[in-house]
This record gives sequence, C-alpha cells and structure tokens, in this order.
Amino acid sequence: MFKQVAAVIVMSLQTLPQRIGASSVIVIGIAGVVAVLVSVLAMGAGFHHTLADTGRSDRVIILRGGSDAELNSNLTRTDIATISNAPGLAKDADGKALLSSELVTVVNVPKVDTGTDANVTLRGVGLQLTAVRPELKIVEGRMFRPAVRELVAGLGATKQFRGLTVGGVLHLRNADWTVTGVFTSNGDVHESELLADVDTVGSSIERNGYSSAVGLLTSPAEFTRFKDALTTDPQVKVDVQREPDYYAAQSKQLTQIINVVGKTVAIIMAIGAMFGALNSMYSAVAARGLEIATLRAIGFGAWPVLVSVMIEALLLSLLGGIIGASLAWLFFNGHSVSTLGGGFAQVVFQLTVTRTLIITGIVWACIIGLLGGFFPALRAARLPVAEALRAA
Amino acid sequence: MKYFPLIWATLWRKKTRTIFTLLSVVVAFLLFGMLETVDYAFSHPSNGVTGADKLITMNKYSVTLALPFSDVQQIRSVPGVSEVTWISWFGGYYQEPKNFIFALPVDTDSYFNLHKGEFVVSGEQMQAYRNTRAGALVNDALMKKFGWKIGDKVPLHSTIWTQKSDGSLDWTFDIVGIFSVKDPTQAGAQASSLLFHYELFDEGRSFGKGQIGWFEERVGDPSQAAQISNRIDALFANSPNETKTQPANDFTMAFIKQFGDIGFVLRAILGAVFFTLLFLTGNTMMQSVRERIPELAVLKTLGFGDGKVLGLVLAESLLLCLIAAAIGLGLSYGALPILKSVLQGVELSPKALIPGLGAAVLLALIVGMPPALRAMRLNIVDALADKR
Repeated sequence: MFKQVAAVIVMSLQTLPQRIGASSVIVIGIAGVVAVLVSVLAMGAGFHHTLADTGRSDRVIILRGGSDAELNSNLTRTDIATISNAPGLAKDADGKALLSSELVTVVNVPKVDTGTDANVTLRGVGLQLTAVRPELKIVEGRMFRPAVRELVAGLGATKQFRGLTVGGVLHLRNADWTVTGVFTSNGDVHESELLADVDTVGSSIERNGYSSAVGLLTSPAEFTRFKDALTTDPQVKVDVQREPDYYAAQSKQLTQIINVVGKTVAIIMAIGAMFGALNSMYSAVAARGLEIATLRAIGFGAWPVLVSVMIEALLLSLLGGIIGASLAWLFFNGHSVSTLGGGFAQVVFQLTVTRTLIITGIVWACIIGLLGGFFPALRAARLPVAEALRAA
Repeated sequence: MKYFPLIWATLWRKKTRTIFTLLSVVVAFLLFGMLETVDYAFSHPSNGVTGADKLITMNKYSVTLALPFSDVQQIRSVPGVSEVTWISWFGGYYQEPKNFIFALPVDTDSYFNLHKGEFVVSGEQMQAYRNTRAGALVNDALMKKFGWKIGDKVPLHSTIWTQKSDGSLDWTFDIVGIFSVKDPTQAGAQASSLLFHYELFDEGRSFGKGQIGWFEERVGDPSQAAQISNRIDALFANSPNETKTQPANDFTMAFIKQFGDIGFVLRAILGAVFFTLLFLTGNTMMQSVRERIPELAVLKTLGFGDGKVLGLVLAESLLLCLIAAAIGLGLSYGALPILKSVLQGVELSPKALIPGLGAAVLLALIVGMPPALRAMRLNIVDALADKR
C-alpha cells in the first residue's frame, strides 16, 4: 500500500512539468492569499508589539481617576507630592522617590509621506527621567537641558515626521524649540514621541499641573501595596496601573480591528483561490486520466490515486504559501508606518512578519490546497477504468 | 448579437471549469466592490457638516490646545464671516468606554443659526431644550441605540472635565428633545451626537473656564473661504494662541489621513487579488481555446474570417468576466449594510461600484487577448489535423 502510494506520487510529480500552466494557478493564487494575509497581520503584530513592549512590570503609571488616557488626565502638584510619598517606590541615592511627573500634549508636525499635519506627542518629563526609564538612550546629539526650549526626538518619530533631525527647529506657541538629540527606547511607543523638560513644556502651553506620573517600584510585588496606599487615600483620586497593562489596553482596539479586517479579506480571497485550486486539480486529473486508468488496470488501488492527487495539491499550495509569506516578509518586514493610536497621538511602528505569522500563512495555504484537492482526488479515485482507457 | 448562442454554448463547454472560474472571479469582484466603497468613503469623508461654507479655527499647534473665548468677538468682525460658534471636546462615554458619545457643549443661538436647516427638531422640543439648563438634544440613532426616551436622565462620564461642585467626572443630562440630520449623507457622522448647553459646561467645569476647543464659522461666499481663513489667522498671528483656520472638509480629511495611507493598503490588496485573478482566468481561457482548436478550424473552414474568430473568443472572455463582475458587485452592494455597521460614522456610496465594471472589461481583454490572437492565427490545415 505504502509502496503504491509512493510510486504514484513520484509518477504524478514527474508529469507535473507537463501541467505547468494549470499548476501555477494554484501556486500563484495561494501565494496571493498568503501574501495579503501575512502583510495585514504583520501590521497588527507590529502595532501590538510596539505598545506591548512598552513599560516594565515594576513601573507604574498614575492618572487622575476615570481619565483612561494621559492626554485627558490632570494631576496637581499636591497629587504628585502625595504620590511620591507612597510606599513601594524606589529611591535614588539622595532618598528621593524615582518618580517622573509628566505632562503630555500633542503638537502638529507634518508627516513625511503625506505632508499633512499629524498629532505627535510632546512629553514633558521630570528630572528623574533616566533613572525611571533606564532603557532610554541618546543615539545622536545630546539630551535636552531643563529650563531651555530643547527637546529630544524618538528614532521612530524622526523617520515619520518632518524636521525632527538634530538641530531642527519646531515652532510651538510663539517659540522655537531646538531638537538636540535622537533617542531610542527598546523600540517602544516612546520612540514615536518628543521629550522635553516638564516645566518648560508646562509654561509653554500654560498648564500648571501634570498629566501623569511614572514611578519605578522597588520590585514588581510592591505594586499592590503602592496602589492600595493611593486608592485608599482620600486626598487623591487616581488610577494606578502597571505600565504594561496601561499600554496593552491602548493597543487592544486597533489590533483587533486590523486582525478582523485582515482575516475577513483573506477568507474571501481564500475562497476564490480554492475555486482556482479546484479548477487546476480537476484539469490535472483529466490530463492524467489515461495514466491513472492504466495504473488502476495493472492493480493499483483507489487509495494511492486519491492520496497522490491530494499530495500534489498540498505540495503546490505549500509552495504557494512559502512564496506568499516570503513576499510579505521581503516587502514589508521592518517597514515603518505610523497611525493614530489609542491616545489620540501618532504611534510609529514597524510591520513585523513574525514566525507565528509565517506559520499561520502556510497553514492557511495547506488548508486551501487540501480543500481544493479533495474533490478532484475523489474523482480520480472513482475514475471508471474501462471507459477512461477507451476514451484514450 | 446573432452569435450569442454560439458564444454562450462555447462558454459552457466545460461546465465545472466555467463555474469554478466564474466563482473565483465573483469572489474577486465582491472584494473589489467592498474595498472600493471603503476607499471611496475614506477619500470622500462626511463630517456631519453640510456645505463648503463652513470653516474650522483651531489652535495652530494642536486641536487639543485651547483657544480663549474672547477671540469670538474678533472673528465675528472679520468681513465675510456670517456666523461664529464655539465648541469644546467633552470626551464622553455612557457607562463604559466603548459606548463613546459624541457629546458637544454648544451655544444654542449661534450653533443652530450656523447649521440652519441641517437639523430637524420639533419647535416644541427646541423650546423645552432652551428652557432646561441640563437639557440635551440627542440624535435619533443614538436614542435608538441605548433605548433612551424623552424625559430620561442620562449620566455621561467625561474623561477630561471634572465638575466644580464635587470634582466628579460624571455629568447628568435631561433628554428633552430628539434631532435628526436632514442630509442623509451626513447622518452616519452624527449618529452618536448629543448636544447640550455650553453655559452649563463652562460654569460647571472645575478648570479651563473661558477657554474653548475650536471655533466654527460660516462664510457668506464659499469662494472667499481661503481669504477669510487667512484674515482670521492674521488676527492672532504672533499672539500666544495662534490659530489655524481651514474648511471643515479639509479638517476632516487631515484627520483621516492621520490613520495612515488607507488608500494605499486597499489598492495593494486589490492589486494582489487582480494579479492572481489574471493567472486564473487567463489559464481557463487558454485551456478552453486549446481544447477547441479543431472546432475553431471548422469555423474558419466555414468561412469565418480571422477577425470574427478573434471577436468570438474575446466576446466569450468578456461575457465570463462581466457576468462574474455583475454578480460580485451585486453581492458587495448587498453587503453595504454590514460594512456600514462595522465602519460606524462612515457613509458608504454605491457610486464606488461603477469602476468595477471598467475593471471587468479590462480584465476580460487582458485574459482574452492571447487565446484570441492564437485562434485568429490558426492555420486551417494544421488545426484540422490537430497538430498543436
């Protein structure tokens, strides 16, 4: 039985070049489906990674209660003082709590590709910035200085928005701000942002308060103690979240939309490709009619014939899947784009063709191939031997 | 037309093959129709505002930064501006964040004068709204969505504004009237709108008093919009609150562009779909012609000219593609209501389906031409002998 299957498969693959036209339809059709599926999902994966990689579990973000996002939130100086005295926060050498009080606003900066204004986050950060966010590294130029209108731009932002190179000038509320440096921060969402001194930003936009506070805990386990201390304090009304939880919530909606859209389009395309595969495999079976009938006449069973047709379809669709996934990887992996994220500001991210996505694409390809190969295989197996021999 | 039965018969010569090819082309055009309508919707956005005579003035550096209310006097005096109103972003939701409500505090007189004739509200309900301090006018679609009735008190959570009285973010409104939007193309953009009194908002909030989010202007002559915009912006140049004035449509377009190049993504997908389709249909047509070479030779023997044979094969390809395109586009038209419910606030126009028929003709010509040329060049003697 196994020997028969192997013999028939080898034979069918040997005659494959004669049916190259019809067979290429399966390969190309499925490559198209997989390329679209993997590219769109890579967009969702890239966006999700950018936000999911933001923050550490021993870091907390504090917003005014009920605000949902930093841009809506408002904390007073008294709030900040209360927060910095809460238990669980790490301290620096001078015994000061590692807490960065931040003020988030968005500024219009034109996008490189369209030239239209986009909302870019300008984040005013406290003096403890580098202690609170050690992953932040200046890769070009230098850090901004407090009390002067200087800012540093994230690496992602410099690629997507105009004029954010070192030495560039950003005009904001009657004043020029100089870009003094470019920073990276593990590829997280802050690389889409501009950072400057919090009090300078505050005086520039005439806001006497903060949006949020970001603190480093002595250990992730201190979270509950820290949170309980603040939420039971009648003096402040704040929401305390671990940083990863806050950013995961910000990415949820858009990632979901991208995945639903990508899969819907791919399912529709897959149905089309399946009809194409059916067509190709039926014509392959028709072309091999005499060969199959002869095999059956000399004693080969129906099973080996069925299996060989299925395997042929599977191999062709596998090839299509690999080509499609490779195309998506080749063209789009690492491609940098930006969109309006959950917080009303631009998030720069890279399309990421992950290993999981490639496997997903190839699995889809195989399913389409098997569905498209099954009915033609059934017909091949049921071919009336005498008739087929006579017809030839 | 007299050859139609012949073309029809040859098209169905191999039923299974034709049906499968037809179905895959149908699927491609279903996708084409859906993606085109979405693309059309994004490139022709509706902003809930009718007409080219509306301008929006916002803070030059960001719409999230406020402008002083006092600017209104200066803007009103700009020649060509016939009405000004001011609005702030409330950032409201009902019960949970996913129930976003487009709640806007508006100044009753100037807002409804500026949007004269765009909203339908009964005179009685409008009067009730004017008389009720915490009153709200709610869009009919929004009323239906949450099953609200006139007389209901609804609490909305603002993610931004705390109340002066108790520091709470929850604001309660009395629904006193329902409004609908006259222009059906703008209805989608207004489907979650709730309007309430600016006075209540400004007096009730604990900070930001005297500051507004953005101004809306109506101009008498839309062709003057650019000059009037410049005049308004010139008023506040070099002030701490410089402004940026632009037509309301441009404002919406710029906002949509912030999501990225949606058109490019859609066109890339369609490109992939049609590239694969070319191979599939092209292969079918090639096979179909290859199988009937002797038949075509017979036709030529009977006196059909080269041009006519070419025409017959092309017509067959055209028929296949047009039938499939018509079914596919028809299905995507049927899917419009589903798309509308997914893409809330985006108005979808069946107009976007028309290019689909053009695409079908183009597809038919591209895939039909090589086999048609082959049929045309057939040498009768060789073909009859079936020497391929």
